[in-house]
Amino acid sequence: MEVVKDYLYTKEHEWIDIEGTTATIGITEYAQSALGDVTFVELPKIDTEVEQFEQLASVESVKAASDIFSPMSGKVIEVNKALESDPPLLNKSCYEEGWIAKIAISDIEEKSNLMTAAEYRKFLEGLEE
Amino acid sequence: MFVSAAAKQTPLYPEHLKLHARMVPFGGWDMPVQYEGILSEYEHTRRAVAIFDTCHMGEFIVEGDGAQSGLEHLVTSFLTDMPLKACRYTLMLNVNGGVIDDLIVYRIEKEKWMIVVNAANIDKDAGHIAGHLTENSSFLNISQETGKLDVQGPLSRDVLSRWISGIEKLNYYEFGYFKVLGENVVISRTGYTGELGFEIYFPWEKMPTLWQKLLDDKRVKPAGLGARDVLRAEMCYSLYGQDIDDNILPLEAGLDKFINFDKDFIGRDALLKQKEAGLRRKMIYFIGENRRSPRHNHRIYSLHSKEIGVVTTGTFSPGLNRGIGMGLISTGSAAKGEKIFFGDDKNKISAEVTGRPFYKSGSLKN
Repeated sequence: MEVVKDYLYTKEHEWIDIEGTTATIGITEYAQSALGDVTFVELPKIDTEVEQFEQLASVESVKAASDIFSPMSGKVIEVNKALESDPPLLNKSCYEEGWIAKIAISDIEEKSNLMTAAEYRKFLEGLEE
Repeated sequence: MFVSAAAKQTPLYPEHLKLHARMVPFGGWDMPVQYEGILSEYEHTRRAVAIFDTCHMGEFIVEGDGAQSGLEHLVTSFLTDMPLKACRYTLMLNVNGGVIDDLIVYRIEKEKWMIVVNAANIDKDAGHIAGHLTENSSFLNISQETGKLDVQGPLSRDVLSRWISGIEKLNYYEFGYFKVLGENVVISRTGYTGELGFEIYFPWEKMPTLWQKLLDDKRVKPAGLGARDVLRAEMCYSLYGQDIDDNILPLEAGLDKFINFDKDFIGRDALLKQKEAGLRRKMIYFIGENRRSPRHNHRIYSLHSKEIGVVTTGTFSPGLNRGIGMGLISTGSAAKGEKIFFGDDKNKISAEVTGRPFYKSGSLKN
């Protein structure tokens, strides 16, 4: 299961890529594989304030609907419009082209509540047992 | 739901693992929900041909005169007017008119019948049928030694006729005996997908050979329960446990055409009484405004946001590129052509009540 080295991760299988005061958010390989074929993505509205670990977006697959939680608190500054017309992008490229939203981070200290790539990989191994 | 009890495995279980299928509990069985992906397996069934492991389903043999054995009394359709080698979809009801199971009856001989039932209902059905048959009959549960494989898709006849001679002559809802890999077996032209298709009954322990023989034809791909559910939902075929169950009347579930009031059957009086009093609920079929999909147990709301019912089947439809659903609503609360909403407390999505089936270009009767 692919994990990107420099991203941080949540137990709900979201990733966050922090660059200074902004960050890009998406779901992991494990999440996209568990969901299966994605058929619909509900993106957040620009300027929405989100709290850490609260709902940011929702993703539907053929068989299920899942909430996506924000790894950190912040304000939504950009969303990936491509997912509206091409939801399967989330399956094809969950770590890059299938990103969900960008936020302006409100509290960088929240980073400490997240897992590093190595920690997340261990966490995944635990799930498989 | 069934995880704690030891889930049963079909003889094709090792084949599913070899193909890296994702396995899920279903009706007490460990079944493949998908191999490559639900959408690609769906597409392959609609455009080419797919095989489905349906060994989990139940098969019974009843011997005896249709009427005198009591078999006729157990189901809602006439059986005694069936020609030999015909199949008939019918329902078995309880005294309250609720559906014990939906099933297909095969007329093997004048006084010999095969009954094919849902996996989760095998024990319940066997008890009910055996309990109601008269002494002039015999009942045999052959589920454990009978494997079944569904071959479905517009190319299914081409693929099978290459090595099963005579199969091309089968008409819709007919069956015959065919020589398959040295075995003399029953094959029917039936299915659960809306496409031209066949169901092959084959010795349990020899299923892997049949499976492999079919996959040797490069046009054939395996498909799982996920694709099967989408395919049947697009056709508005009922799924037992969701759209019908012991507490849902077939008249509520839109299955009127499978009920013959000209004969006597268990549940008939209850149905007539309900019909006279007026049915409480009615099955509707609806298409969402976008790709957002209804889910089993979502609520259904009227245009004025009043809760009027519940979604019994909901999925994304690749054929329509929209969410589609079936649901039971209070009688008279929404009609064809009207708008409704489906969803939960958080989200309500607009949909239009339509006719059935959703998918109209299948090869079913080609």
